Amino acid sequence: MKWKTTAATAVFALLAFAGSAYAEGELNIFNWGDYTSPEMIKKFEDTYKVKVTITDYDSNDTALAKVRAGGHGFDIVVPSANYVPIWVKEGLLLEARPDQMENFKNVDERWVNVPWDPGRHYTVPWQWGLTGIGVNTKVYGGDINTSAIFLDPPKELVGKINVAPEMNDVLFATIKYLGGNWCTDDKELLKKVRDKLVEAKPKWLAMDYSVTEKLPAGDYSAVYYWNGAIMRSRIKNPDIKFGYPKEGFPFFMDSVAILKDAKNVDNAKLFMNFIMDPENAAMISAFAKYANGIKGSKAFMPADMKDAPELVVPPELEKAGEFLTPCSPEVQQLYTRIWTDVQK
Amino acid sequence: MANAEETARAADARDIRDRWLLSAPALVIILLAATGPLFVMLAYSFMLKGDYGDVQFGTFSLDGWTSVLFQRDMFDDTLGLADAHLTIFWRSISLSFYTTVLTLLFGFPTAYFIATRPPKTREVWVFLVTIPFWTNLLIRTFAMQQVIRNEGLVNTALMALGVIKQPLQIMNTDTAILLGMIYIYLPLMVLPIYASMEKLDFRLVEAGYDLYAGRWQVLRRIIFPLIKPGVIAGSILVFIPSLGAYVIPRVLGGGKNMMLGNLIELQFGAGRNWPLGAAISITLMVLVMIALLFYVRNASGSEGAHG
Repeated sequence: MKWKTTAATAVFALLAFAGSAYAEGELNIFNWGDYTSPEMIKKFEDTYKVKVTITDYDSNDTALAKVRAGGHGFDIVVPSANYVPIWVKEGLLLEARPDQMENFKNVDERWVNVPWDPGRHYTVPWQWGLTGIGVNTKVYGGDINTSAIFLDPPKELVGKINVAPEMNDVLFATIKYLGGNWCTDDKELLKKVRDKLVEAKPKWLAMDYSVTEKLPAGDYSAVYYWNGAIMRSRIKNPDIKFGYPKEGFPFFMDSVAILKDAKNVDNAKLFMNFIMDPENAAMISAFAKYANGIKGSKAFMPADMKDAPELVVPPELEKAGEFLTPCSPEVQQLYTRIWTDVQK
Repeated sequence: MANAEETARAADARDIRDRWLLSAPALVIILLAATGPLFVMLAYSFMLKGDYGDVQFGTFSLDGWTSVLFQRDMFDDTLGLADAHLTIFWRSISLSFYTTVLTLLFGFPTAYFIATRPPKTREVWVFLVTIPFWTNLLIRTFAMQQVIRNEGLVNTALMALGVIKQPLQIMNTDTAILLGMIYIYLPLMVLPIYASMEKLDFRLVEAGYDLYAGRWQVLRRIIFPLIKPGVIAGSILVFIPSLGAYVIPRVLGGGKNMMLGNLIELQFGAGRNWPLGAAISITLMVLVMIALLFYVRNASGSEGAHG
């Protein structure tokens, strides 16, 4: 009978532990996969005695579709800049007024009056970065500051390329590569864009999200992907180099927002304020390797991030970068059609 | 007597009515739970799509259905075949077909081997076949990825042995999807064939040999006709889930080689075209139904011949 007593004691101990640790409430975060620093979450949980649950998504559209369907149970979502206006227009976000929160003073002025959320009434900056080229220089030694790496790949890279399955990022690079402007509705040019992508796609190996694992391991030799993920790959495998497409590359910023039907609004607001603290923002960046929009966070960042080639845009290439703005529904429809042709 | 007969008939009628009443709750639940969602899908497939997913209620449109097979050219607006969808339909059907044929090829000898063991050891073998079911499908698929990837088991071993110099590119191809589906669905082929084979009277096989039939003749004329129901059941059990496979092409196909399951998911997610997604789902169901009708006709035919 002794083991039974032991088992019962263990169960009660567990229950008691669970009870005390999770008594103060919950917070359900819906965020991009492989993007949230576990240390930062642990610190938040310990500080406010809140149990945090993180659920992953892999694209803006997936997140939007899930939340629109209702019954999701999430409190916080982290949409990209060009999607924030859609979330607001669809009435999915709570006007949480982070601009009136205590730590808002830490937000870099550059990220306060942003076009997708002027004055920051809904969102606070999470991380920002850009989509660029990552190449294993053991496989290919040529110029990598160009979108030709995945649109007109050199023969060493054919069949070894992974392209992020994000419609806007891929179309942006292709339109720029062919000399157009973002949100163009010039059908002649768009036809060339489609033909270029349809021609290039057989030379790709995958359109997948598992870059931080497969690029360093050698499954992929080149990627068109987000800079932070490529930096994490380079840390694992020093042969990986980062390239800024001189024809044009998109910047992105993901921002934290509270959902209108959130059940834990107070905890969500605590979280918003929490991540605007420089030390906590630095923890986010240290994990996912993207820059954040918080002043003074650099002081808390690991040394290898301060002058990382993936994060410091060379001055001569800085002009090629542009923020993705939302296009009109008609243009968006055209782009979606091109994308379906590419994805088949 | 007439009176007694009438009472009996009345009792029968009451009996029938009671049976219907008693089964009514079950019937209602089946009707609501099984066909209800189907009607929702059917209704959605005939509506206009919303801007960010969902549908516009109260509208009527055939767009969802026409775009299953056709599309308007975005540049000159002519109506043409939707070759993107046709490619995916064709990939799904042909990969499912190959999966069925290959699992049959591996599954038949396996089932024969098990059925010819002594009864005690048979149980152990069947038990071994069912072990993979204890593991989550996703995990088994990722395990397959570890085996066939460039730095994986197969490539490392072949390169160490000096058979190849460059790793074989299996991951992210149709071959990878096929390998994954064969591995995952093989037990679904082995078990029904084994069930038929276990009931097989091996004295008939011996009789065949006694009458000077060769091995091939015995297999083709005696064993195969007797276990045909098992083979057909196994083929259906493999073919149907293969058609709708989602996880395997997603993980092993690299997101570049879609199958029907992935196409449907795309329409409800990033594609924001629910009517099209609903229409493709129903199309997939019709394909499955055709496969099942084929099974029913064949199965009843073979029972008629041997039963």
